Formats: sequence, C-alpha cells, structure tokens
Amino acid sequence: MNKLITIETRDLTKRFGNFTAVDAISFKVYEGEIFGFLGANGAGKTTAMRMLCGLLTPTSGQALVAGYDIYRQPNQLKAHIGYMSQKFSLYPNLTARENMTFYAGIYGMKRKEIGDKVHSLIKSLGVEKYSDMQVHNLPLGWKQKISFMTAIIHNPKIVFLDEPTGGVDPITRRQFWDMIYEAADRGITVFVTTHYMDEAEYCDRVSMMVDGAIAALDTPEALKTRYSVASMNDVFIQLARKANRSAV
Amino acid sequence: MRVLTAFIKKEFWHVLRDRRSLTILLGLPVMMILIFGFALSNEVKNSSVAILDFAGDDVSAQIIHRLNSSQYFDITHRLRRFDDLESLFRQNQVRLGLVFPANLQDDLIGDGEGAIQIIGNAVDPNTTNTTIQYVSAIVADYQKELWQTQEIPYQIDVSYRMLYNPQLESAYTFVPGVMTLILMLLGTMMTSVSIVREKEMGTMEVLLVSPMRPILVIISKAIPYLVLCFVDVLIILLLAYTVLEMPLRGNLLLLLLMCILFVLTTLTLGLLVSTLVESQQVAMFLSLVGFFMPALIFGGYLFPIENMPEILQVISNAVPTRWFYNILKNIMIKGLGFEYIIKEAIILSGMTFLFLVIALKKFKIRLM
Repeated sequence: MNKLITIETRDLTKRFGNFTAVDAISFKVYEGEIFGFLGANGAGKTTAMRMLCGLLTPTSGQALVAGYDIYRQPNQLKAHIGYMSQKFSLYPNLTARENMTFYAGIYGMKRKEIGDKVHSLIKSLGVEKYSDMQVHNLPLGWKQKISFMTAIIHNPKIVFLDEPTGGVDPITRRQFWDMIYEAADRGITVFVTTHYMDEAEYCDRVSMMVDGAIAALDTPEALKTRYSVASMNDVFIQLARKANRSAV
Repeated sequence: MRVLTAFIKKEFWHVLRDRRSLTILLGLPVMMILIFGFALSNEVKNSSVAILDFAGDDVSAQIIHRLNSSQYFDITHRLRRFDDLESLFRQNQVRLGLVFPANLQDDLIGDGEGAIQIIGNAVDPNTTNTTIQYVSAIVADYQKELWQTQEIPYQIDVSYRMLYNPQLESAYTFVPGVMTLILMLLGTMMTSVSIVREKEMGTMEVLLVSPMRPILVIISKAIPYLVLCFVDVLIILLLAYTVLEMPLRGNLLLLLLMCILFVLTTLTLGLLVSTLVESQQVAMFLSLVGFFMPALIFGGYLFPIENMPEILQVISNAVPTRWFYNILKNIMIKGLGFEYIIKEAIILSGMTFLFLVIALKKFKIRLM
C-alpha cells in the first residue's frame, strides 16, 4: 500500500490508577481508509479513541493524528478531526439545521459557507422536512445521521465515530454505512468503533482489541482466512474468548 | 469572534426555548416584588390584647382608651387575675398582656414615676416585638401630653429601643433585599445548571474535541444570562418605581452599573459551581444550599450582621450579597453617590475576578 498515513500510534498506553485500559497499542491508519476498531465492552476502544481525539492524555507512548502530536499539539489537532460520541451529542431543543449551523460555527466557518454547507447536507440527507423540527422529536436513526453530518461538517481529515449505530434498525444502519462510504470517498478517513460484526465486514481494515491490547489487525478477508472461519462474528468470538478481563 | 457569536446564538436558542426556565427567570422577580410589596409587611394590625388593670384609675383608663382607638390593637379581654392571662397565652388567644399595677396614678403623681408591664407572646418573636414597640410608643405619646399639661414631669417607665416606625414607612425598603436575592439565585443557579447540562448530555465532550477555547465556552455560556439578569434588574426597578412608588433616589446609571457588576459576580460563581460538579441536581443543590442560603443568612436583610457572633460576622464578609445589599441600600434608599460604595464595588470586583480565575483553572480541557 502506498497510501499516506493519517494516524500512527506507538505504544500508546492509558492507565487509570492500577488499571491499564489501553496497553501499548501501535497501529497505522491510512488516508481515506475506513478503519474498524473492534472489541468487547471494556476492551479499551473508547479510551483509545478519546486519546486520539485529545480528550484524554496518554499515560505513555506516542500518537500522531493528521500530522499532529496528540500530546503536544492538541489544539491544532482538534481543527482537523471530527468526533461523534457514544452519547448522543446534538442539542435536543435545537433543530437539525441549528445544530449543524452551531457546530459549523464553533469550527470557525464563515457564515456564507455555513449556510451553503448546511443546505447541501440537508439536501443530500433528504431530511428537508425534518430540518426545522427540534431534534428531540426525531427518530433515533435520523438523529444519528444528523450527528454524523455535524461531525464532518467542517471537512475534517479524520472522523472518529464511537459506536455510531448503537440501537438503530438494520436498514438505518445500512444507510448510515452508505454515508460513511460517501465520506470516505471524499477522502475523509473514518475511524469507527462498533460491536456489530456485520459492520466490521464493511471496513477496509479492522483491529480487534482484547484486554486493552490489539490482538489482531488486518482486512476482514485476511482475518477470516487466518482463523479459518466464515464470518467476522466467529473471528471476534475466537479472539474475545481469550480475554481475561470480564466485560464491564 | 465568529465562533463566539455562533455559540452565543445557540445559548440564546436554548434559553428562549426552555419556556419553564424562562418563566422562572422573568416571572420570579415580578412575583417576589409583588409579594414583598403587598402581601408581606412588618405592619401588625388588630393584635389582640388582654388587659389586667389593677389600677383602675385615670392613667390606666387613658392608656387603654388610646390603645383601643388605634388600629393596631383590639382589646379582647379584661382580666382580674394573672392566672387568666397565662391560660389565654396558652390557648394563643392574645398576643400581648398589659398589666397596670395598683396605685399607678398615685405613684405617678407622688413619686413622679410609674410602671406598667407588657407581657408578649414570644412564639412569634418578630411580630410580638413590633407590637410591643407600638404599645411603648402609644404610652410615650401619652406621657408627652402629660408633660405638657402638668407642671411636674411625670414619667411612665417604658423602655423602647428602636425608633418608632408605625407602619414600615413604605414597602419599597424591601426592594434592595429582594433584588439581591433574585440575582443571586438566578445568576448562580441558571449558569451552573446550563454548563453542567452540557456535561450530562455529552455535548461537552464534542465541544472539547472542537478547537473552541475553554474561555470562549465560559464567556458564551455567561452572556445570555447576563442579558437576562439585566432584564430582571430592569423589571424589578420598573415595578418598584411604578407599582411600589419608590422614589428615584441616587444615580440610575451608577445603580445599573453596580447591578451589572453583581450579576457578573453571581455568573462567575455559577461557572465555578459548574466546573466542580457533574450533574444538574448537584449543581442546583450546591447553588441553593452552598450559596443561596449563606446569601440569605449573611446578606444583612433578614438578620442584622452587627448582632451576629463575631465569627459569623467575619464569615459574612465572604458573602457577595452582603456587599451588594449595602450598595443597593446606599444608592436606592439613601441616594448616595459612588464615593460611598467604592469599598463594596472593589470587593465585588475582586470576588468576580477570583471566581473567574478559579473557574478557568478548574475547567477541564480534557476529560481526565
């Protein structure tokens, strides 16, 4: 592969007291890639992701994200990433349009630019009729799509999605993944955590976290071949079974 | 600046859409002013009084007559024995007992000195205290008349400590206290809750991932509430001047400036609270118990600070409402100028600065 590296970690570690949530993980993510970050609950996915976003300070190790050191240049880094948290992160009493406008605004986009962008996003999502409803009235699936749109509204180099499809139906999940592909086609690197193993199949490459460490990292095809199983689900079960840490 | 406007706009959307909070924000001052202005007053009318008249002479008759004709007293019982008075008090039938000793007139003329006894039902100490002041005043009045008509200065011994103020001259003396409390309550609680809400909802995480600087988050959170609290100040003043007919003493501009200063103090205090706690309930609790209660107790409008034990007086210095209340009294009631409130203004500015610095230090840029 001759692609540019957008995320590179070296022995990235996070300890909370005696508990090592993330244990010296090292990996590379290439530009425009959809990188699946899998693991059981409590395996350390969210912690790792938060470090990469500059939300948590690593205990040791290094990471470069979009060319910036997460430890030394968190502020420059923040302008170039998008983040969709596990918790639902839109303001319920604002409309979809207002939410997008707000997030675009705090990334310092110009007013004209925001108007055009929001308009085109709403159009491409096909949510015109919902766009002026307050978000708390919308179905979960729509909220998550809008969340995703707000996370990439400022054209980040990388977007981090923390379990973006939790709790939504398969059709909406499929549509959500279409949006992810579209973003990746536009050159945005997608870093996504999930427990849905069918979603793992959609990723270009996946890493499997077990007990805070990366147990496997490859394309879904290669992983299935290596463990001689038919689906990512079986890969996951084989690897997760080795875990000592019980799910939290 | 663009970022700031975007954020402030969003905050206004929040505030304006949250009808319940908005009702509280704008309705509370109106309600408080009206309640304090009309419903509550220190004036005590028609207090029931029991008379125990052992004297039965001119002097006692005169005093009883005066009490009876005042609107403040109803002479409900005329007794013969002390025991009866006690049982009346037990049944809560009378507020005051007035005892005229035998030979009151003789003592007055002979020794130039007579004494009457007032027994008060101190279950409601404040009210009773007020009525005792009234009786004392009426007796003092009578005594003055005696002095004018007689040549020898008779003296009826009634001790009264306060200057007599038959009906709290006007309701507007409450305004500074009410204003202080409302601003303290709204400024601190609303701001702290609004920031903590973002933490609870998870939107704070997204804000932290954005390149927005923490100071901007704090400033933009505070500005809508600054505006709203200022609107409240205007509402209160307007009501005070129109409905309560409060005279316009003191410099209005100075008054408004000082109000803004105090609102800033409460807002920064609210910001400080919000950086310390994680949930809206705790924020509300801390604002109410941790800041509103001391504001109430040590503010100086309920309990005179001078009468507190020394240690509490020292503590009261740390309560911002105390200083603001002084400022308001000086400007609104006494009509004094800036030179009389410099000290208070400096203290409030200092507190604001201190709260802001601590809040900024505590505001977590990262989650851990």
